[in-house]
Amino acid sequence: MRVSMWVLVLLFIFGFNHRIFAHQRPRTERISGSAGDVLEDDPVGRLKVYVYELPSKYNKKLLQKDPRCLTYMFAAEIFIHRFLLSSPVRTLNPDEADWFYTPIYTTCDLTPTGMPLPFKSPRMMRSAIQLISTNWPYWNRTDGADHFFVVPHDFGACFHYQEEKAIKRGILPLLQRATLVQTFGQRNHVCLNEGSIIIPPYAPPKKMQARQIPPDTPRSIFVYFRGLFYDVNNDPEGGYYARGARAAVWENFKNNALFDISTEHPTTYYEDMQRAIFCLCPLGWAPWSPRLVEAVVFGCIPVIIADDIVLPFADAIPWEDIGVFVAEEDVPNLDIILTSIPTDVILRKQRLLANPSMKRAMQFPQPAQSGDAFHQILNGLARKLPHDNKIFLKPGEKVLNWTAGPVGDLKPW
Amino acid sequence: MKLSALRLSYMNRRSTSFRGSAPLDSSAESAVKSPAAIFWLLLHGVCCLISLVLGFRFSRLVFLFLFSTSASNLYGMPFRQLATTADLANPLNVPYNPVVNPEVPAINKTVSSRVIVGRHGIRIRPWPHPNPAEVMRAHQIIESVQKEQRIQFGVKSPKTVIAVTPTYVRTFQRLHLTGVMHSLMLVPYGVVWIVVEAGGVTDETAAIIAKSGVRTIHIGFKQRMPNSWEARHKLEVKMRLRALRVVREQKLDGIVMFADDSNMHSMDLFDEIQNVKWFGAVSIGILAHSGGADESSLVAVKEEVEKRSSMPVQGPACNASNKLAGWHTFNSLPYEGKSAILIDDRATVLPQQLEWAGFVMNSRLLWKETEDKPDWMKDLDSVDADIESPLSLLKDPSVTEPLGSCGRQVLLWWLRVEARSDSKFPPGWIIDPPLEITVPSKRTPWPDVPPEPPITEKPVINISEQTVKHTKTRSSRSKRRSKRKHEAKVVDTQVSVRHSEQN
Repeated sequence: MRVSMWVLVLLFIFGFNHRIFAHQRPRTERISGSAGDVLEDDPVGRLKVYVYELPSKYNKKLLQKDPRCLTYMFAAEIFIHRFLLSSPVRTLNPDEADWFYTPIYTTCDLTPTGMPLPFKSPRMMRSAIQLISTNWPYWNRTDGADHFFVVPHDFGACFHYQEEKAIKRGILPLLQRATLVQTFGQRNHVCLNEGSIIIPPYAPPKKMQARQIPPDTPRSIFVYFRGLFYDVNNDPEGGYYARGARAAVWENFKNNALFDISTEHPTTYYEDMQRAIFCLCPLGWAPWSPRLVEAVVFGCIPVIIADDIVLPFADAIPWEDIGVFVAEEDVPNLDIILTSIPTDVILRKQRLLANPSMKRAMQFPQPAQSGDAFHQILNGLARKLPHDNKIFLKPGEKVLNWTAGPVGDLKPW
Repeated sequence: MKLSALRLSYMNRRSTSFRGSAPLDSSAESAVKSPAAIFWLLLHGVCCLISLVLGFRFSRLVFLFLFSTSASNLYGMPFRQLATTADLANPLNVPYNPVVNPEVPAINKTVSSRVIVGRHGIRIRPWPHPNPAEVMRAHQIIESVQKEQRIQFGVKSPKTVIAVTPTYVRTFQRLHLTGVMHSLMLVPYGVVWIVVEAGGVTDETAAIIAKSGVRTIHIGFKQRMPNSWEARHKLEVKMRLRALRVVREQKLDGIVMFADDSNMHSMDLFDEIQNVKWFGAVSIGILAHSGGADESSLVAVKEEVEKRSSMPVQGPACNASNKLAGWHTFNSLPYEGKSAILIDDRATVLPQQLEWAGFVMNSRLLWKETEDKPDWMKDLDSVDADIESPLSLLKDPSVTEPLGSCGRQVLLWWLRVEARSDSKFPPGWIIDPPLEITVPSKRTPWPDVPPEPPITEKPVINISEQTVKHTKTRSSRSKRRSKRKHEAKVVDTQVSVRHSEQN
């Protein structure tokens, strides 16, 4: 009798607390992608990663030369290295490792204005792979099929910022069998391998957290965008930059009061995004941009204008339910498309965006938290396990062509 | 994106790579180098000169016309051949036709993107301006999103706001009442507006409040509004109590707030008073101004005020643990003896010690029988009509809840501005008959000196004199000008008729 009384009391207290706290949280919805409800999976115990010890000229020295590498949008490669060094999935015994990570910062070669130069990256990568294949037997065992590399540059492992050149080069031949963790994702593109893991570009989490405004501030901007429409330095007439899509947005909607679009960079950029309902995320020179991350963190529905783009963690996050996809040829009808979305669909998208696990999955916080982008990468790698036995080469068998590629790549670094 | 600066340095390399790729490829394919190269160089030079003259790059237009027959060439090559046809792509600002956009399947077995790299046209629809139907739909979407936000983050279970406003007909009534009305119309909760009018219900007031769109209860009060501020405050108290009785009779449910018609309310006030449980107080900013009195007294008052640096705020004061500790009232000592007594006075109008506008109460406090009504509330009938502030309705004033982060936020402002009691204003602020002309507009055909036509002077003079006499008897000043021209015209026709008759 007394036990049941206590049980009732406990239930009552629990229910009371739940009632108090329930209405303070925003309404959210569970997110489950094509791989199932995997956003909150814990990768610890599901895989083991061995981190190669490379000489510091491949990583630390580059960072020392230019500390700006830590703050720009390709900084993910550095933070992933640091995360793995202290993560419980790291193993010091390479024989029990499922995945091998090579800590090489290929994009940390910046111009004075902060742009990464990819010209030395192929040689750097080749030299690193030569190192690991001679000092450890694990590369030759599978020709790299159980290794993964972080290549967050514009066109991934094609190592060029110009699309035609990148396509011509293709993915570095030595990386053909490895898993690539990259920000670039476009279907049927030479620079996207099957089985690559797409990650979001790095956006500084502390800066975004610091600029939150109260959630009851009414969202009064319909469509918001800040950025270039014409890249005047490189493509003044337009039509080349963003395949003409950004220019089309400007020409069609510059007079439309519902579209708050401009090239000016205001100091209230983050605050404005939190007051907008839709945020445009059109392609630029490459289809991905940090705008997607910012839109997700600030609860603004991303309108993705990039044909055939593959978005980050596409198997864990159902992007079609969360964002609005507009084909580049439909840009002139963007206003019709957006206003014809039913209200309940829009509210559902906002609920999905309000889910904290969604916001966590897009960011690279320091120190790492559960459910963040680091863990999503590990989850993605864990989902690819167990390795197919076919990847293990018979002794003496070689699949990779070490002399393929442009002659300039073969020069030692 | 941000790679633009980099691209600037490599622009030359790139531009030659795709503009010159046509000659390069062809020259690479054909073993004959020099004549082809020279030819293309010459052609390039000629094209540059022509472009200089014309002012735009016409090369693409030329290619378009040359190759327009083979329309499939325009868009559809996979990358490898695109280098040669890069210049063939559409010129700028292709009008929005459904452009032939063939999806070329991968010709070779190599993976090639369906999305074409290279120059694309910029699609612009024929009428790149907002469509009004869509704008309306977008605004509806915005409204539903904001409603959802309010439901999620705003006040839970909002209560109706019952606003009590004492008023009477005078010159500034329309001004003040419109301000209050607009504030109440913007309140996102239900509103019941009780307007008590001194001197009985009038059509004037009824016309103003009918436009509000909120539920109004218009009550007449028999007495007329007196001329002295003192008596006026007393009468307003009686009117407010009358309104509270109506709340009790009709069992209105909500939060009672006192919206004096000349006060200014912020929207945050209505959100904040939703937090009241039974009886709350907010801070009022007192804007006690002096209506242009003589300079000396103004200066003296200002100095006094600055010396004491008094805060023009009335409201609850809290101690360190955010509990009600006392009241902050407006310091009226500097204005001693110089305040306005009659409404006509041009001196400073002073507020009471604690204005009614700073208090809000749950309407259930006024109901006759409620279960959970606290016992510190006196019954309305047992209260003397001469009370100063609603605190006298409580047996224990310390139960007041301080609102607005414990009185730190000023949520409304008290102001008293009135015209002289004998000032006249057009009833309903509608001007009828039309105003007299004091300054003629330059464009109207009335000249400054009306022209006297010289020929038909004689007969006109007699008649015009008669007509002038007529107009003089009729109206005094202004109409004469227009009438005279009228008369002049009429006279002319009469004269001409006469002439015709004579002839």
